[in-house]
Amino acid sequence: MEQKAAREVVVGVTDRNQACHGKVALWLLPAMAGLCSFAQAATLPVDNVDVLYHRYDGGGMVIDGPSVLVRKSAGPQVSLSGQYYVDSVSAASVDVLATASAYTEERTEYTLGVDYLYERAIMSLGFTNSSENDYEANTLYFTVSQEFFGGMSTVTLGYAGGWDEVGKVGNDSFSEDADRRNFQLGLSQVLTRNTLVGLDLEVVTDEGFLQNPYRQNRYLDPNDATSFLYQPERYPETRTSTSVAARAIYHLPYRASIRGEYRYFTDTWGINAHTVELGYAHGLNDRWTLEGSVRYYRQGEADFYSDLFPYENSQTHLARDKELSSLSGTTLATGAVFEWKQTSLPGIKRLQFSLLLDWLNFDYDNFRDVTAPGNYLPGEEPLYSFDALVTRASLILEY
Amino acid sequence: MPGRTKVMRRFTIIMPLLLTLLLSATAGCSPVKPWVKPYERDRLADPIMSLSRHGRADSYMHHVYQARESARGAEGGAGGGCGCN
Repeated sequence: MEQKAAREVVVGVTDRNQACHGKVALWLLPAMAGLCSFAQAATLPVDNVDVLYHRYDGGGMVIDGPSVLVRKSAGPQVSLSGQYYVDSVSAASVDVLATASAYTEERTEYTLGVDYLYERAIMSLGFTNSSENDYEANTLYFTVSQEFFGGMSTVTLGYAGGWDEVGKVGNDSFSEDADRRNFQLGLSQVLTRNTLVGLDLEVVTDEGFLQNPYRQNRYLDPNDATSFLYQPERYPETRTSTSVAARAIYHLPYRASIRGEYRYFTDTWGINAHTVELGYAHGLNDRWTLEGSVRYYRQGEADFYSDLFPYENSQTHLARDKELSSLSGTTLATGAVFEWKQTSLPGIKRLQFSLLLDWLNFDYDNFRDVTAPGNYLPGEEPLYSFDALVTRASLILEY
Repeated sequence: MPGRTKVMRRFTIIMPLLLTLLLSATAGCSPVKPWVKPYERDRLADPIMSLSRHGRADSYMHHVYQARESARGAEGGAGGGCGCN
């Protein structure tokens, strides 16, 4: 009984990196840098409160929570911001159910940032801490954005350093480090009075304990070819990735815009990926806008990935993390935006409320569902796929 | 490490291209004058022309994808038209 309880504690968190940690730094960078859109680069972000409720529901995972960001200027050249963000996770995904029991947990994140405007440049500095019961992530970021060519071109350089501490529930002596560095270079360009384009390059290097301490991979049981056994994951201790993206957005003759985006990704684990996205925004009147977009993503698998290894420790690095498998993902998104400029609300200059719904579908080419009902030989289970609905309700008040 | 060499090779191809673009786009190096005047940018300033109109709600989606896909980076915040405010 005692043994069973211990197992549940340990394996119950098998899916944690699904939820969030370890990737905090990357998605924070653009948001916290406080940079403006193409046409307004050398102005500080407007004072605002940005409140978001987010909910992800799919593949056995429900993750929701609030996010609150407050931004306030301090004089004409400085803008300060603070953010509080929560992920409440309820997990019973295929990874968890294969070897463990469902669990719940919470991740909390705080960010403090400062933006400094100097002539036609904005410098941004910030710090983020993200905390879970088995993972602590700290990130320091710095970006410089400079306008050129009469404000038609903006170049941005960014750097972020991340220092993570990986723990393991049920094993207090387990503690590993993972460090991360991000290097960003961005160019945005006004092409015509209706067209904006952007190019981005980002190199990310990781070093340390890069795998999930709870996840396992499987291999054929040498004593019984009709079954399989589990062994721990073993990843390389370094990873470097490069992403290049091109974007364009065009204002149609009426009040609507179309946008397109392509990104290429490659890394030293042998993964290549392509992302394509197309979007349309349609202004119904001064206050209401409707939006829609389609996104397609495809990646190849890591060199050391396998759904089923032939025998125990059959190679140096071993992974059966489905995020390292060959997969494709499709997103259909829609949204409605209400914008109220020069509001009659006391102290509020502009209000924007958005309700956004995204439907995501992921199909795996080489990750099999070991929880599928029925009797299957190892390696003959049905391929895994799932879909998810992401709901976002966002309120931005400028004051 | 062959993978790393491959990445570095790609990096060395991409960097000069980007720098060339960058130089050609900057005012100090070009005799070409800005051809879209500030007073002609009203359409560009419309929120429907922002690639990140929804602030935190947009960066949250980066997070959703990064947790489920191997690709990461170049999401568009670093000068590629973030419009985060």
